[in-house]
Amino acid sequence: MVKIIIKNLKFWYGKKQVLDDINLLIENKKITALIGPSGCGKSTLLRCMNRMNDLISSSKIEGNLIYNNKDIHKDYEDVSILRKQIGMVFQKPNPFPMSIFENVSYGLRAAGIKDKEILKKIVEESLKRADLWDEVKDRLDSSAFSLSGGQQQRLCITRALAINPDVILLDEPCSALDPIATAKIEKLLIKLKDEMTIIIVTHNMHQARRISDKTIYMLDGKVIEYSETKSLFVKPKNKLTKDYINGEFG
Amino acid sequence: MFLVKGLKINKEKIIINIFLIVSVTTILILLGIFLFLFFTGIKTFNEISFKEIFFGTDWNPTAYGEPSWGILSLLVGTLIVTLGALIFAIPLGIASSIYLAEIASPKTREFLKPTIEMIAGIPSVVLGLIGIFFLSPLIAGLFGLSNGLNGLIASFIVGIMILPTIISVSEDVLISLPKEFNEASLALGATKWQTIKMTLIPAALSGIGGAIMLGLGRAVGETMAVLMVAGNSRGMPTSILDPVRPITANIAIEIKEVVSGSLHYEALFLLGLILFVITFCVNVISEIIINKQTKKYKW
Amino acid sequence: MVKEKTKEKFYFNIFRICMLFTIFILGFILLYVIINGYKVINFRFLTTMWNHQDITQGGIFPAIFGSILLGIGISIISIPIGICTAIYISEYAKENYFTNMVKISIRNLAGVPSVVYGLFGLAFFVFLLNLGTSLIAASLTLGCMTLPWIITSSEESIKSVPNSFREASIALGATKWQTIKKVVVPSSLGGMLTGSILGISRAVGETAPIIMVGATFYISYLPTSPTDKFMALPYHLFILATQHSSPDAKAYALGTALVLISLTFIMNLGIFIIRYKLRKKKEW
Repeated sequence: MVKIIIKNLKFWYGKKQVLDDINLLIENKKITALIGPSGCGKSTLLRCMNRMNDLISSSKIEGNLIYNNKDIHKDYEDVSILRKQIGMVFQKPNPFPMSIFENVSYGLRAAGIKDKEILKKIVEESLKRADLWDEVKDRLDSSAFSLSGGQQQRLCITRALAINPDVILLDEPCSALDPIATAKIEKLLIKLKDEMTIIIVTHNMHQARRISDKTIYMLDGKVIEYSETKSLFVKPKNKLTKDYINGEFG
Repeated sequence: MFLVKGLKINKEKIIINIFLIVSVTTILILLGIFLFLFFTGIKTFNEISFKEIFFGTDWNPTAYGEPSWGILSLLVGTLIVTLGALIFAIPLGIASSIYLAEIASPKTREFLKPTIEMIAGIPSVVLGLIGIFFLSPLIAGLFGLSNGLNGLIASFIVGIMILPTIISVSEDVLISLPKEFNEASLALGATKWQTIKMTLIPAALSGIGGAIMLGLGRAVGETMAVLMVAGNSRGMPTSILDPVRPITANIAIEIKEVVSGSLHYEALFLLGLILFVITFCVNVISEIIINKQTKKYKW
Repeated sequence: MVKEKTKEKFYFNIFRICMLFTIFILGFILLYVIINGYKVINFRFLTTMWNHQDITQGGIFPAIFGSILLGIGISIISIPIGICTAIYISEYAKENYFTNMVKISIRNLAGVPSVVYGLFGLAFFVFLLNLGTSLIAASLTLGCMTLPWIITSSEESIKSVPNSFREASIALGATKWQTIKKVVVPSSLGGMLTGSILGISRAVGETAPIIMVGATFYISYLPTSPTDKFMALPYHLFILATQHSSPDAKAYALGTALVLISLTFIMNLGIFIIRYKLRKKKEW
């Protein structure tokens, strides 16, 4: 089943074209990895999917992204509704300067939920889903900054989970973390894919290989190859992909 | 070769010493300001008790019979003008800074920032003129007063003067927040306003407090505009519509009339010392607050 | 969710209105001064001596002249000293507790009220150094007041020079002074001058200190020596507004205010030009 359809997508920052004619079908309840050298447009593509690029005033977009039969850029007058369904986790852990509880409940409060009991319940559930509950249950009121880097990043994933998104976008979520923290996050993502669609940008090919079902290789704003992760890494169809995964690239 | 090197180092030593001497002189002068005020002002206590000065409500050093030296009414004058100015300038200034930092487009910002700096550049006498010629008749008419020179109008004028400080410092604080807060909040489906309300303002709160403190320091020390519009009556003010005589105005009015070295002269220096201490402390505290704020979210 | 959108619009409009009101205040002040002041401005007003009996017959030339002299006096005193001090404390002085205290004190002296500087000037320059109420006493007093502003802004400007510039210069065998002269000062000069001019233009508009140490409302001659008394624009308009009985005083006060604002505006224009010229040069 297809979750997001990308049709003829082109994207510019100012005059610089960053994405060129992207056509993709993102599958439901799978982990899709986006790999490619830095500057290839993988993060930009990811940020198109929940319209985070709206924040950049000089950006321009053409083509369509279809999600739930709706065009992401044209049919969502209120972008916050879209972002509640398509959550995002960023490269650097970015907890708010608030308590752990307030961090996890942030999206819910923004959605207008005020009832303390409901908030408590969902916060607990979400922390459990993210396997973080046991580590933080005794200090929900202490600052999120008191957590370690890996815990902070898992808190950010929890925060996104709390509003129960349908799709979750991760932009190199482990690039600032050590191998142990990375392993925890990878385990979590594999567990979560039964419930939601996950799209992850990574510059770590091994990570893509370990956790993803499908892999997209991008170069210079174009999709070079898109296939099952196994076949992409074992038998790449395109020579450019082969060069990249063999480390012969740049 | 050796000679050239020797000369080079010698010349450098001389220059460093010149710089050192200039800097030390500067620092001595600036220190001297405080010492002068302190040693002149403190002499007042040789003749008048601490209690009479700080708890007396009547300031009348040139009375024929028994001169009185209570500065309470002057302090209250300063307090009224400062608080009034803050009540006016805080909401307006913070709202403007939020607009500048979070809502305005980059182009609008580029236009508005120097415009606000221009308000800071208007000499205070000019604002005093506006107070006398425009606002005072307006206020007199509005409240049915014989003239409109009072605490209210002084508060308003001083409020205008401290607006640029509050706006630009709060704006700096808001701008210096990590942009990650903004992204994280929007990605969770919060609207821009929710982001501002739930994340940015709480994160910037102490820095905004520092900006307000800085404004407060300015308001306490403002002289000319206050002198022109506050009415300057010595009596204890009972309402904001009464004329007031803040410390700064009192110094400016009386210093020309006093004999150097007289008790009255020393008492005015004591008032100057009080002003110095208040403003200096307020500024140091606000600097510490703002510094802490800008370092708080450096990961 | 629709509700949230409406709320957002509502609050953003409040912020927008507040900003507009702030700008409106500025616009109003300028317009008020211009509309009420421009009528009295003519060639005679700007170039002739003050006529105390009939203000419509005289001009404010001595006040303009006095304010310009005062500006020059303040510049001579405070710009070189301020910039030298800033260079010393940010480039040479050791990073320690004492230096830090000095820096903090100087920055915060910038917030001490002008009337306090006036008191100091009166006691120190006028009485103790026996300079009398004079142009030199006023320049020294306002110079002291401007120093912290100039030092602080110069320091900021020096701080913004990337450390890699200094390292590159030292690595090429230059001495510390050569590095300062060839690298640090050229790249921070714009900021230092901008800060200095801004400080001077604010000092020229100050009134309270010069009331105490040298300005006078009326003299029949132009000052010829630093120990002369002088007339100054801000003091002149203050007296016209508060103590002159002539029915024309209001218009003349506002006319004088217009001249004063124009003078500071011209100085700010200078800043703008310096910024513009230097912005092209340095792009790192």
